[in-house]
Amino acid sequence: MSSIISVANLSKTYGSGFKALKNVNLDIKRGEIFALLGPNGAGKTTLISIICGIANPSEGQVIVGGENIQTSYRKARSLIGLVPQELHTDAFETVWATVSFSRGLFGKPKNPAHIEKVLKDLSLWDKKDNKIITLSGGMKRRVMIAKALSHEPQVLFLDEPTAGVDVELRKGMWEVVRTLQQSGVTIILTTHYIEEAEEMADRIGVINKGEIVLVEDKATLMQKLGKKRLTLHLQGKLDVLPDSLAHYKLDLCDSGATLVYDYDTKGDRTGITSLLSDLRNAGIRFNDLDTTQSSLEDIFVDLVRTS
Amino acid sequence: MNYRAIRAIYLFEMARTWRTLLQSIVSPVVSTSLYFVVFGAAIGSRISEVEGVSYGTFIVPGLIMLSVLTQSIANASFGIYFPKFAGTIYEILSAPISYFEIVLGYVGAAATKSIILGLIILATAGLFVPLHILHPVWMLTFLVLTAVTFSLFGFIIGIWADGFEKLQMIPMLVVTPLTFLGGSFYSINMLPPAWHTVALLNPVVYLISGFRWSFYEIADVSPSISIGMTLAFLLICLAIIWWIFRTGYRLKN
Repeated sequence: MSSIISVANLSKTYGSGFKALKNVNLDIKRGEIFALLGPNGAGKTTLISIICGIANPSEGQVIVGGENIQTSYRKARSLIGLVPQELHTDAFETVWATVSFSRGLFGKPKNPAHIEKVLKDLSLWDKKDNKIITLSGGMKRRVMIAKALSHEPQVLFLDEPTAGVDVELRKGMWEVVRTLQQSGVTIILTTHYIEEAEEMADRIGVINKGEIVLVEDKATLMQKLGKKRLTLHLQGKLDVLPDSLAHYKLDLCDSGATLVYDYDTKGDRTGITSLLSDLRNAGIRFNDLDTTQSSLEDIFVDLVRTS
Repeated sequence: MNYRAIRAIYLFEMARTWRTLLQSIVSPVVSTSLYFVVFGAAIGSRISEVEGVSYGTFIVPGLIMLSVLTQSIANASFGIYFPKFAGTIYEILSAPISYFEIVLGYVGAAATKSIILGLIILATAGLFVPLHILHPVWMLTFLVLTAVTFSLFGFIIGIWADGFEKLQMIPMLVVTPLTFLGGSFYSINMLPPAWHTVALLNPVVYLISGFRWSFYEIADVSPSISIGMTLAFLLICLAIIWWIFRTGYRLKN
């Protein structure tokens, strides 16, 4: 799959001397949903702002759809739609007027049919004549998405699209994003909700302290870094583990009532068979067992800690 | 050239004028009418002619300039400051539009409003005093140049301001006093020689003088100097705006 965005050696140092981005290199593939994860202040918004033309880079270059964002900014920006993190809206404008304004701003001729489609897709059609100030937070968020889609962009940036949005609306938003991807739009989203990235992204990038820590396919990332945990609920409590089990790195939990064994999913041998055999030989019996896989959130926390 | 973007910004700003009609048009017209009542009728009736025209007629160009100057600054500064304040500036900055086109949209709308206002005040003045315009083309030229120049100046203030207080500061503390002292209500030739020299340092003197000349051929300074000074101020404003966009001052940092 070809790249639609290519970020090379990008750095940003603010006037205060704070380095928000440090030599960032990143490629976004055409048609994918890319989730950019990172703690507060990691540089996510700065990176998006530079790609979209809101902030100037200190060093490096960004190519969007083959166009340099600085030397060929008109072509590059016309490919991009941006939904910023904050709810910035023209409070006294109607939904229709503000979305039409966005289309004009991006140099596109009037196309009421397209605006109508966007508003209908986002369940805003019946609110088209309402002033934005009268809308709920979730609706305002959708208006901002409508504005970003008004000029038919090839790339859509969603900076924390579901921040402060209730669960039902969030799931509705995910549907919208999936539909957009099916129509060929490349989507880059930043989020604090790991479940959002886990649910939607094809690839995941992690940024911390202005540096890209990792970029990986979601499935590969889960496989590479995901750990599984086997929990055995014992018939009787144990005070200490027998020496024959010492090499398994087991944790005795719940005052000796459960045994916990972490194993690597990428390894050919998980050690479970021999563990169960050694437990039987040691006379340790259990009533029940369960296995759990570490979530993307666990992986993310680990990555941020180690970086 | 992204004409559609310029049009979008221009129409968006003009729509704001119609939405806030009372504040944008009616309020300046009412206050100007009050000036006519106070200075033209009440005080003016006790003042003899100034350089061959009645006092009420004499102050008309100055009063129009007073409104055009202050409204140009107010319109343009608020026009660009409000998206900064509300955060909607992100859309302007991320759109495929050049700095020149952004300025054209905002300043064009601000200047249009001021010109409309100036013409409305001119028509209002006609209800109070007899008017004659000897050089209508030059009158319009001065009006347009002044509206554009001070809209550019307002645009700079709107970018510079990081609070509503700063937005008001320059117009209130600098522009209004300069306008009042710039010969809106008198000819600077009426001042003692020392103050006359000081008055010539006030750039507004040149605008009002040139504008008044286009009405009655009465001028404190030569009309060519007036037009030269206005153009010089326009170029200075353009240079500052060019620098703002080149560096991203208070927009991209």
